Amino acid sequence: MIDRSFIGHVFDPFTVEVEKGRIRFFARTIGETNPVFTDEVAAHAAGYASLPLPPTQLFCLEMDGPDPFLFFNRLGLDFARLLHGEQSFAHKRVVCAGERLTFTQKVADIYDKKNGALEFVLRETSVDDEAGRRVADLKSTLVIRNG
Amino acid sequence: MTHAPALAIGDIFATLELPPVTRTQLALYAGASGDHNPIHIDIDFAHAAGEKDVFAQGMFVMAFLGRLLTANAPVTALRAFSTRFLAMTRLGDRLTLTATVAELLEAEGERRMRLDLAVRDQNGEQKLSGAAILALGLQDL
Repeated sequence: MIDRSFIGHVFDPFTVEVEKGRIRFFARTIGETNPVFTDEVAAHAAGYASLPLPPTQLFCLEMDGPDPFLFFNRLGLDFARLLHGEQSFAHKRVVCAGERLTFTQKVADIYDKKNGALEFVLRETSVDDEAGRRVADLKSTLVIRNG
Repeated sequence: MTHAPALAIGDIFATLELPPVTRTQLALYAGASGDHNPIHIDIDFAHAAGEKDVFAQGMFVMAFLGRLLTANAPVTALRAFSTRFLAMTRLGDRLTLTATVAELLEAEGERRMRLDLAVRDQNGEQKLSGAAILALGLQDL
């Protein structure tokens, strides 16, 4: 069982630089056809400061911290039994390459179903820009199969 | 300010049919995303975990839904985006993505649209359900 005393725990914030190369690699991997995500000329023509971040890539940058799997390791989450249950993003504005974002992760809840056969970890992550303004809120529901 | 074409609740906003999921895609997504969870890329790890084979990252499939949205609306219009992962996406699955108009609303001084999102495989099994809120009437920035 996951230690319930982690409920409410806030991890040390970490800062990630949004890199053009990472955006292009991500966009090409998912077959993105809108050129604003891969071609800076197209991005500038559309009014963006640089390549804009595709809608789900904030989740990926959350694993670009100094210890990518810190959250999983601290809670003792085993990848062999881990599934992603739900994911949500509330976007306040679009992020572009060249920005530095600070991620703060919180264990919002831990609970179980089916007499502990399934455990759920609700993680809430806030993402702020260099001025300290919120750019997005992420929620992840992680599922551990104990059965 | 432009006027979006008239949309009605129940209309199909956009669809996307994808080629079969390959091991190469899962490996590239692991690299591109930074999610190096071995269950998606290392068949030995998957076997030891009791799985028959590797399976797709849920966020890889959600990223395709993101691509569906950004092919049809500026990324600046996206206000919220959420999914539930209902079933594993396997190698060879041919996914069809659908965004359906669920609600037309006004919030924070702008007109918005809520889309219901669905991803199904070649057998009609639903892999993801989700929702997105888009602001209407925006050009890119």
